[in-house]
Amino acid sequence: MDFDLSEEQRLLKDSVDGLLADSYDFEQRKKYAAEKGGWSKAVWNKLAEQGLLGLPFSEEDGGFGAGAIETMIVMEAMGKALVVEPYLATVVLGGGFLRRGGSAEQKAAYIPSIIDGSKTLAFAQLEKNSRYDLGDVSTTAKKKGDGWVIDGEKFVVLNGDTADTLIVTARTKGGQRDRNGIGLFLVPADAKGVTIKGYPTQDGLHAADITFAGVVVGADAAIGDPENALPLIEQVVDDARIAMCAEAVGAMDESLKSTVEYLKTRTQFGVAIGTFQTLQHRAADMFVALEQARSMSMFATMAGDFTDAKERASAVAAAKVQIGKSLKFVGQQSIQLHGGVGMTMEFKIGHYFKRLTMIENTFGDTDYHLRRVSEQGGLI
Amino acid sequence: MDLSFTKEELAFRDEVRTFFNENVPASTRLKMQEGRHLGKEDLVNWQRILNKKGWAVTHWPKEYGGTGWTPAQHYIFNEEMQMAPAPSPLPFGVSMVGPVIYTFANEAQKKYFLPRIANIDDWWCQGFSEPGSGSDLASLKTKAERKGDVWVINGQKTWTTLAQYADWIFCLCRTDPTAKKQTGISFILVDMKSRGITVRPIQTIDGSHEVNEVFFDNVEVPVTNLVGEENKGWDYAKFLLGNERTGIARVGVSKERIRRIKELASKVESGGRPMIEDDKFREKLAAVEIELKALELTQLRVVANEGKHGKGKPDPASSILKIKGSEIQQATTELMLEVIGPFAAPYDDHEHGANEPMDWTAQIAPSYFNNRKVSIYGGSNEIQRNIITKAVLGL
Repeated sequence: MDFDLSEEQRLLKDSVDGLLADSYDFEQRKKYAAEKGGWSKAVWNKLAEQGLLGLPFSEEDGGFGAGAIETMIVMEAMGKALVVEPYLATVVLGGGFLRRGGSAEQKAAYIPSIIDGSKTLAFAQLEKNSRYDLGDVSTTAKKKGDGWVIDGEKFVVLNGDTADTLIVTARTKGGQRDRNGIGLFLVPADAKGVTIKGYPTQDGLHAADITFAGVVVGADAAIGDPENALPLIEQVVDDARIAMCAEAVGAMDESLKSTVEYLKTRTQFGVAIGTFQTLQHRAADMFVALEQARSMSMFATMAGDFTDAKERASAVAAAKVQIGKSLKFVGQQSIQLHGGVGMTMEFKIGHYFKRLTMIENTFGDTDYHLRRVSEQGGLI
Repeated sequence: MDLSFTKEELAFRDEVRTFFNENVPASTRLKMQEGRHLGKEDLVNWQRILNKKGWAVTHWPKEYGGTGWTPAQHYIFNEEMQMAPAPSPLPFGVSMVGPVIYTFANEAQKKYFLPRIANIDDWWCQGFSEPGSGSDLASLKTKAERKGDVWVINGQKTWTTLAQYADWIFCLCRTDPTAKKQTGISFILVDMKSRGITVRPIQTIDGSHEVNEVFFDNVEVPVTNLVGEENKGWDYAKFLLGNERTGIARVGVSKERIRRIKELASKVESGGRPMIEDDKFREKLAAVEIELKALELTQLRVVANEGKHGKGKPDPASSILKIKGSEIQQATTELMLEVIGPFAAPYDDHEHGANEPMDWTAQIAPSYFNNRKVSIYGGSNEIQRNIITKAVLGL
């Protein structure tokens, strides 16, 4: 048992924190978000230069062979700075599918361009009626010659409006909610029949609704088994949930810090409002919520590589429950304790609240994951 | 970072688990499982079994009988003991006055008291709280006046847990009435057989007799029973209270109780099926299990950080353990109460001669009532929030 970071992990943390401290304050973030596509290519290139885009990939694929802890470190730092660049969509999700399920050819074709920052990815999964069920897929992929023809609609595809390549879930056989018969396909964003309607999201990121109408791809487009990709999807989505837990911890950490700072400096009735016990105790409860979330983020990070998929899923679901509860409390109370300025777009605290809120509703909210844990018979 | 136990730690866990399996007396284990109060004999017998094994005072320095274990080993030992389930060694001796004695007392006191604490030859109780001083402990009024070779003590202590069994009480007494609050307090050891001591039981809402009032009426105590320096008692008390907070999360206790909730909920029917199959109930239970898992990890983080905050200084994050640990203990007794539903009502009054002892389910409501105390004692949860506010957030 050891909660300390290794020397290399500490260096990584220092370098990510340093990079973001230099180039990612709240004003700079606004500028990046205002760039075409909603994020900064220059920042992305810096992340590539520091090797952050190549972290989780194996050395033979040109990466650094780093593990879940390194991703946790990076995501927590990104949560603190509210980074808008598509790290989750490209490195964690897109990269996750390729490194965990891709063929040697697919890895060679896509991973180097992720690592050098030249290409980004997006995971097109959500459908009108699928909600949080990853096995609920109506989009179809029908065999045609050696390849496939994809038809269907996907919604709120994170980074869907700027990605070069989409990774699409589509049904190759069976009914809408069958666990079997789901495939995973690499589709160029500019393929014929792909229509992308992009938009900004509530939390300052970008997403897209995407229509696939008779989109033809080759046999080499399928990642893993085109008739049984759900286990891979579940694993990589768990990776994304774990990463978002760390991101949320970073965002909560910064929210609490900012709130405590405000309590110390804002005066009312001639004293700092931080001298009021009712506010002190609220802040203490926020600290408790944050630390409980941090513990579960670590737990989920360790669970990411469990070989037993059920055990992994339970642990990650439990973490998402704790993070969901904590982020709601910390997020809402951060606004409350900031008072009126917390409601304004120009003050940063509201932006943390919005990102935290969207994290809860991505890949399963608190109730959804609580049900999953309880259906597994709990943790004890 | 590696959150799993090492091979050595796992082997240690097996060793400890086997020992508990083979050595906790069956009747003690059953009482614990059923949430009944243990008698003096249960506690003395068990602590002597532990002491024979060398495990009664595991966290003491080796020279006084401690084990020299790592923080992880202590954690494993406590968790396994709570899950066995078996009672902890009597905390008033082992965790409270013992460390004060080996840290601040003179050689004669160490030599006499420490082995007797380990073997529970003396039953200790704690004389801190007074009717007028709860969370504001330093406002205590019980005074000790020096008259020749004795201290003469007058005053009253309260909430004195298991004083009805006690041979000794360690007291905070005001020895300099002119000094301000925290100064002028001394730490004095008092033989409970001394003339002038009266113990009066306080019955708590669950119907049990755990706590007492202790009255001091011109009680004479040899001056040699002073620990450390006169008027430095507050420092020793702070040291003691810092020790008290570790292990207060009681993760193992809550785990064991969750197991019992599941067991009971699979037997009790509601709407023609076991409670455990009711989605709403099951999700409430899962929510508590998740909180407990988070607390377990938080506790391990605090354990791993032990000693990094300066010697003897508790990690202010340990206040989380108190707050969450007590909330979860209360939540588990509440769920237990929910499972038994209308059958929580019968009251087992056999201690007062009214009935034969009832089925253990009669302990469920008392356990729920009794557990309201856990967010009050050991520094109430509101005091813990004050600690976080000051020591962590700097407000």
